[in-house]
Amino acid sequence: MSTEYLPKLLSGYAGEEGELIPILQAVQREIGYIPEAAVTRIAPFLRISENQIYGVASFYSQFRFTAPGRHAIKVCLGTACHVRGGQILAEAVSRELDIAPGEATRDGRFDLQRVACLGCCALAPVIQVDDDIYSRMTVIRLKEILAKYE
Amino acid sequence: MNSFDNLRQQAHRKWEHLAARSNPVIYIGAASCGRAAGAMDVLAAVQETLKENSLTAEIVQVGCIGPCYLEPLMDIALPGKPRVSYANVSPDKARIILKAYLLRGDPLPKTAVGFIGDHDGETFEGISRFFDLPMLKPQVRIVLRNCGFIDPEDIDQYLAKDGYVGLQNAFRKGPEGVIAEVKEAGLRGRGGAGFPTFKKWEICRKAPGDAKYMICNADEGDPGAFMNRSLIEGDPHAVLEGMLIAAYAIGATHGYVYIRAEYPLAIVRLRKALAQMRDYGLLGRNILGCGFDFDITIKEGAGAFVCGEETALIASIEGKRGMPRSRPPFPAIAGLHGQPTIINNVETLGTLPNIMRNGAAWYQQYGTPGSRGTKTFSLVGKVRRAGLIEVPLGMTLRQIIFDIGGGTRKPFKAVQTGGPSGGCLSSEFLDLAVDYESLTAAGSIMGSGGLIIMDEDTCVVDVARYFLDFTQKESCGKCTPCRVGSRHMVEILESITRGEGQPEDLIKLQVLGETVKRGSLCGLGQTAPNPVLTTLRYFRPEYLMHVTDKHCPAAVCRELIEYRVVVGKCTGCQRCVSVCPTGAITGPRSEPHNLNPDKCIKCRACYEICRFDAIAGDAIIIRSRGRIVDEQPER
Repeated sequence: MSTEYLPKLLSGYAGEEGELIPILQAVQREIGYIPEAAVTRIAPFLRISENQIYGVASFYSQFRFTAPGRHAIKVCLGTACHVRGGQILAEAVSRELDIAPGEATRDGRFDLQRVACLGCCALAPVIQVDDDIYSRMTVIRLKEILAKYE
Repeated sequence: MNSFDNLRQQAHRKWEHLAARSNPVIYIGAASCGRAAGAMDVLAAVQETLKENSLTAEIVQVGCIGPCYLEPLMDIALPGKPRVSYANVSPDKARIILKAYLLRGDPLPKTAVGFIGDHDGETFEGISRFFDLPMLKPQVRIVLRNCGFIDPEDIDQYLAKDGYVGLQNAFRKGPEGVIAEVKEAGLRGRGGAGFPTFKKWEICRKAPGDAKYMICNADEGDPGAFMNRSLIEGDPHAVLEGMLIAAYAIGATHGYVYIRAEYPLAIVRLRKALAQMRDYGLLGRNILGCGFDFDITIKEGAGAFVCGEETALIASIEGKRGMPRSRPPFPAIAGLHGQPTIINNVETLGTLPNIMRNGAAWYQQYGTPGSRGTKTFSLVGKVRRAGLIEVPLGMTLRQIIFDIGGGTRKPFKAVQTGGPSGGCLSSEFLDLAVDYESLTAAGSIMGSGGLIIMDEDTCVVDVARYFLDFTQKESCGKCTPCRVGSRHMVEILESITRGEGQPEDLIKLQVLGETVKRGSLCGLGQTAPNPVLTTLRYFRPEYLMHVTDKHCPAAVCRELIEYRVVVGKCTGCQRCVSVCPTGAITGPRSEPHNLNPDKCIKCRACYEICRFDAIAGDAIIIRSRGRIVDEQPER
């Protein structure tokens, strides 16, 4: 994985420890995940160990260490979604795409994440594909929605 | 005349211009929830229809008024006429309404859901008042006063609604005066614990330090709660004005908004609001010429529930793993970078401008002596009218769930207050007043304001398992009782929902729960067992049914239920056959189908598609295996 984007990205920061999370977020915004090559470069920049970076990055659920799919599917498993069948929906996505949460499909089309709450509780259950939120979801609407994304 | 008065006059002129406009104004509720319901498609249809018919109108994207069950909402105000609201608007419905009202002057009274009028009982063209709807009438909107009424991306509209007047009053009263006013108002922290706001401030103000920090906690982590998101999306300046007032009171020079990355629209609106404040001299050096310097940075959370806890949140801003530390010292004395720090919740801050604008005496008229003012709640789950509400503290659960929420379709079973840290209360608590003390006495907590309503189709054992599974995964791992104890509790609950529970498991759960509560450092561990302990207390028979009869009365727990075809109802339409992923359902067309329980994976697809079929209706049912009597002839 090339790290060409990093010098420019890091130039916006002062090199203080408190900037670690914003930097990781910026890297993930740029290329979709946190590759080893990036961690190797960030550590000397912030004068902290790679271990410390992995310690922080793995603590927070937002960061991923493998390349994402072209489209991100987030199935909401907040309480309101749970009582309205969110879990069944999550399993249906897994079955349909043959991937477990945290994985990407072989063709790189989708990746799947379970999230705690998207904050659209009154319209539960919901799933999010990229920036689109689908409310009052059902297992049978899944197929047609996934078909919209290439 | 100072420059702030100039700004306000300018804003008022702009607002009056908007009110006296010669073009119609179309308001579209475009907060996250409105968008999820399809508001952006409605917006596109509106723009198209205007263009096709050569009509001119001003389109304003507003925040959430609250009744999410009516989303997407569209309002139209013709010049000199009040705003008329239309609910559940689809792109097609939007076209019909626009053509009727804008071209023919017919507001379609039967289609409209209400109009925005000032007086009770008033009507307009046969349309009744929006705020006379049963969901809205019992509410008191103080924090949410602007949500859905102003364009959240336009600071002038906030100023025209007396925005930043509270700040101006604060400057007049001086820091001690502000603390005294908030003390008299009786405001308690809205993040969950209900600690008196003024007390925290007083400690921080007196604490010595090189710098002081003001942090807005917008890490709304409770699953099932979205009050803070709606407020920031609908009225960001109210929260930011509150931050300025709090920072001025404690003597802070820098502030942070710590907000969940899952709320992208709220973050965008905050950024725009901060830029506008800077332009208007409301942020930076010498704010409003009063010698007060303050700036605000946005910090995006990275997904960790425990960061809602003050000391964990501070660790996260410092770039560390978000793990809580022991208190004292409290953050008010030694917080961010070791300096005195105040962390207030979004809603607490959103309340402050109102208190400073209207005075403590005005605020005191709402609520109870121990719990003053109003509280926002996200009313969700199996309730008919779901949405965001704001009510005076002290209102009963019955009033909230039935008068405002319209009750449940199937019989009411329980309400969960306070999210994963709260408790599950049964119907005998419906007349409980919602205030800090009463909820704690019942074994629950106020929490940040999530109200999850459950009906008889919700299994409380499954809900307890769900919450504990959530907190167990979010436990930072520092304290052994929380890390290991919660894990063990989840395993016991899982075995109960699988029908493998033993009677002594209930005692184990009780003992473990009490140990985790006592042996944990932070609020996460101290409250995590609440959903289990309250359900054990109020719904013990349901646990016993799972344990002894292997029966899930709500027909939820997968290992204890089965899907059946009701022969008398099945028309043999084959739609279920086509959606079944495992080929468990077979049968020729026009004859009742067969469902092979050995192949069935209980994915719900057949049940859903059958429900949508108007002819057959509920020909596929889900029932508990433990149920002895069959209601319908089945195959």
